Amino acid sequence: MGIAALLGSPIKRREDPRLITGQATYVDDIKLPGMVHMAVVRSPYGHARITRIDTDAARQHPGVLAIYTAQDLKGVVGNVPIAVPLGHIANGMGVHGPLAEGKVRFYGDPVAVVIAEDRYTARDARDLIDVDYEPLPAVVDVEKAMQPDAPLLYEEFQTNVAFSMHPPTDAIDKVFEQTKADGGVVVKARLVNQRLAPVSMETRGVVAEYRKAGKTLTLWSSSQIPHLLRNLLAATVGLPQHHVRVIVPEVGGGFGCKLNVYPEELVAAFATMKLGRPVKWIEDRDENLAATTHGRDRVDYIEVAATKDGRVTGLKIHGMSDLGAYCQLLTDIMMIGLGFPVSCGSYDIPNISLSGDLVFTNKAPTDAYRGAGRPEAAYVAERAMDLVAYELGKDPVEVRKLNFVKPEQFPYKSAAGALYDTGNYEGALEKALQLADYPRLRAEQAQKRAAGQLMGIGVSSYIEICGLAPKGTLPVGLYESARVRIEQSGTVMVYTGSSPHGQGEETSFAQIVAEEFGIPVDNVLVMHGDTDSTPEGRGTYGSRTLALGGSAVFNAVQRLKEKMRQIAAHMLEASVADVTVEDGKFSVAGTPQKAVSFAEVAAAANLSNTLPPGIEPGLETTAFFEPEACLFPFGTHICVIEIDKETGEPKLTRFVAVDDCGRQINPLLVQGQLHGGIAQGVGQALWEQVVYDENGQLLTSTFMDYAMPIAEEFPPFELDHTVTLTPLNPLGVKGVGEAGTIGSTPAVAAAVADALGVAHIDMPFTAEKLWKSIHQQ
Amino acid sequence: MTVKSEITVTVNGQPYRSQVEPRLLLVHYLREVLDLTGTHIGCNTSQCGACTVLLDGEAVKACTLFAVQADGCEVTTIEGLAPEGGLHPIQEGFWEKHGLQCGFCTPGMIMASYQLLKDRPNPSEEEIRHELKGNICRCTGYENIVRAVQYAAERMQASASQPVGAGE
Repeated sequence: MGIAALLGSPIKRREDPRLITGQATYVDDIKLPGMVHMAVVRSPYGHARITRIDTDAARQHPGVLAIYTAQDLKGVVGNVPIAVPLGHIANGMGVHGPLAEGKVRFYGDPVAVVIAEDRYTARDARDLIDVDYEPLPAVVDVEKAMQPDAPLLYEEFQTNVAFSMHPPTDAIDKVFEQTKADGGVVVKARLVNQRLAPVSMETRGVVAEYRKAGKTLTLWSSSQIPHLLRNLLAATVGLPQHHVRVIVPEVGGGFGCKLNVYPEELVAAFATMKLGRPVKWIEDRDENLAATTHGRDRVDYIEVAATKDGRVTGLKIHGMSDLGAYCQLLTDIMMIGLGFPVSCGSYDIPNISLSGDLVFTNKAPTDAYRGAGRPEAAYVAERAMDLVAYELGKDPVEVRKLNFVKPEQFPYKSAAGALYDTGNYEGALEKALQLADYPRLRAEQAQKRAAGQLMGIGVSSYIEICGLAPKGTLPVGLYESARVRIEQSGTVMVYTGSSPHGQGEETSFAQIVAEEFGIPVDNVLVMHGDTDSTPEGRGTYGSRTLALGGSAVFNAVQRLKEKMRQIAAHMLEASVADVTVEDGKFSVAGTPQKAVSFAEVAAAANLSNTLPPGIEPGLETTAFFEPEACLFPFGTHICVIEIDKETGEPKLTRFVAVDDCGRQINPLLVQGQLHGGIAQGVGQALWEQVVYDENGQLLTSTFMDYAMPIAEEFPPFELDHTVTLTPLNPLGVKGVGEAGTIGSTPAVAAAVADALGVAHIDMPFTAEKLWKSIHQQ
Repeated sequence: MTVKSEITVTVNGQPYRSQVEPRLLLVHYLREVLDLTGTHIGCNTSQCGACTVLLDGEAVKACTLFAVQADGCEVTTIEGLAPEGGLHPIQEGFWEKHGLQCGFCTPGMIMASYQLLKDRPNPSEEEIRHELKGNICRCTGYENIVRAVQYAAERMQASASQPVGAGE
């Protein structure tokens, strides 16, 4: 049976049968004997002192087992963990316990929990808890929060700014002056990446079960990080690491908002440890929109200098990252750690200045959301190119071509800090231009303009950085792992430390194993999510799972292949050097009829009786993969926006994407990731925005006000790809999970600005905003 | 204390008699009383469609109905869409065309697609996108969901119509 080219094959997913029949288990599907329910009392204010919490009525309600506030957790549960506390955060700014103490700092801030026999009773009792607040002035704008008279979230620090980096700009200022003197241009802009809600369709949830006799805790959580959650939660609730088991069941989407350790997980663990009964907590959608970490929320002031031909000589960026009210796991490193290093985008910009402030405001904490710092960086780089093009009256495509990093420059050390592995930016651009029939689009635009219609074309040639992370990047090594076991019957179990939640690695990892061993893909089963059975891993986020997790699988497989060759050599009475593997058969080179099958070797290894001395029984190994450097997917997105002059309503009429994620193991999965990523990137551009009023009241607390992308709003996506391998892992894979989001947002922004004939306009491009722009002209 | 009401509901061909609080949502009844957890909850404003089931053959959002409103009715959930061990063409379509990733919106999306194809056996792409506006998906960008429904439409037109409901 030819197993030719399983790698690169768009086979159907192994995950789907249970999902399409409603047989999968998500956290809220878990029912344990004696299980009780937790409901959370949350602040209705953006900023307030807690003066009194009256729980008497609630405690007396039938079916209520317990009510906990910060007082109950004091000394027992530590603070919500932070990976890299920068600046004042290292001294306590933004650090918080799981329940608010003394003050609430954002709408939705957890204040107390009630534990009751059932879900409805918990809600009833929650309504009986009476919290008295003394409202305080709130600040919800990052620039206002930096003003000397701004309300302070952390009075003891006398500022809302947690950390600043303002490098001297003398050198780059000289470059700018020289550029101007030579007849070039300097363009300035203020760019806003508005606050977004990640909105996984499954809200957050946890079931925590403590067994008092053995002092063991099992936590089922809708999480992207089983092992990190286990380690951090154990430390925070005071349990030894080996007494905590995290099981991540099916997860209904993460997008970065489940890459965290949340207060509710900590409190649920605390509650079960106190009560000795399993505790379930599931968030309502309005809680999710209020208290699950938000994404983006960054304001940049940029200046870009370019020669009169359009060659960029320098880029100055001053970014303000709005952290929200508290620092969660990665809140403070989105801009500085993940975004800044790739601020030059796909362009060979010789001079860059990166200045930034991290600021607390009375909003939910921000943290990772699909792209996590890189969409903002790409947005800045792409807008800079478009601004230069607009200023010089040039085609934005030509400006990009002029500034691209060239293939011969790789590996390329960017002035912003990152070392790009491989790339062919012009290749992807050319392919996208062809697919879009760019000249015809411009001709169509000219015609429509002549007829008074508003049509815009936007091009974005993005790069992004993923494959986190090489040694030393973060305090905790972000390697990935795989344990592979070949069983007596010739079937293969793969236990991965990564934690897919829709990305399809149960399928793609099986493809890798099946291809390498020459066995049917159905003979391979991939397991994930349970810290009891999987090796120490780091989870799924940052487009890392196939590149790192897949490479760990691949390396484990190579080790097992080698042992199988030794066993086969013994079975064939040949020397190991003469044994080759192909299509599931181990044979002696030159005599293919002298062969043993994969299954025969697997049986021999597991049964052991026929193994020679010196070879251990079994075929099982664990491999850890740690990348030497980061990976840089790239591509070009081109989109067309038409704006209704009467209403200002924008319509996305075409979306073309040519993306390069290195080798494609399963094109179906790759395209799916791009489709979803593009939808979210377009969502940021056209519809989505978290809005608070000036008192910190959340105005977008349901889907009535937070506009989610729906099917009707999209044209069919036109995708193609290029393949530029990376030498940084054995698969040549770069990662693709976030690329769609990173590339699409700037393309839409460019198209809208192009349609209106303006240099720049901020997102989201609501009808009202565009109408105003049209009528101001 | 609330007085409970007695309801009789036939779910996926199976009759159930239960005592429920009048305020018990149908979606909670299905998930927690009957242990049919395939139907999901994704919002609290009746917009996301993850809770879509069939009530007397018509798609409804189970989060916006009380269990008592289903008294005397027939409910079909994702678990009852196809006979045991088999797949409805819509389910096949979602599988073939990679119309799902995390799977959370999928049962509701499939049930809504069932209604769509019942009303329009030969829908255009525009019609599919329009009819599914009551179902939100965050993972797929809808592209492959549309392909899945188109696949199902073709398959269903090519063969005799499938009876709905488990139990045989």
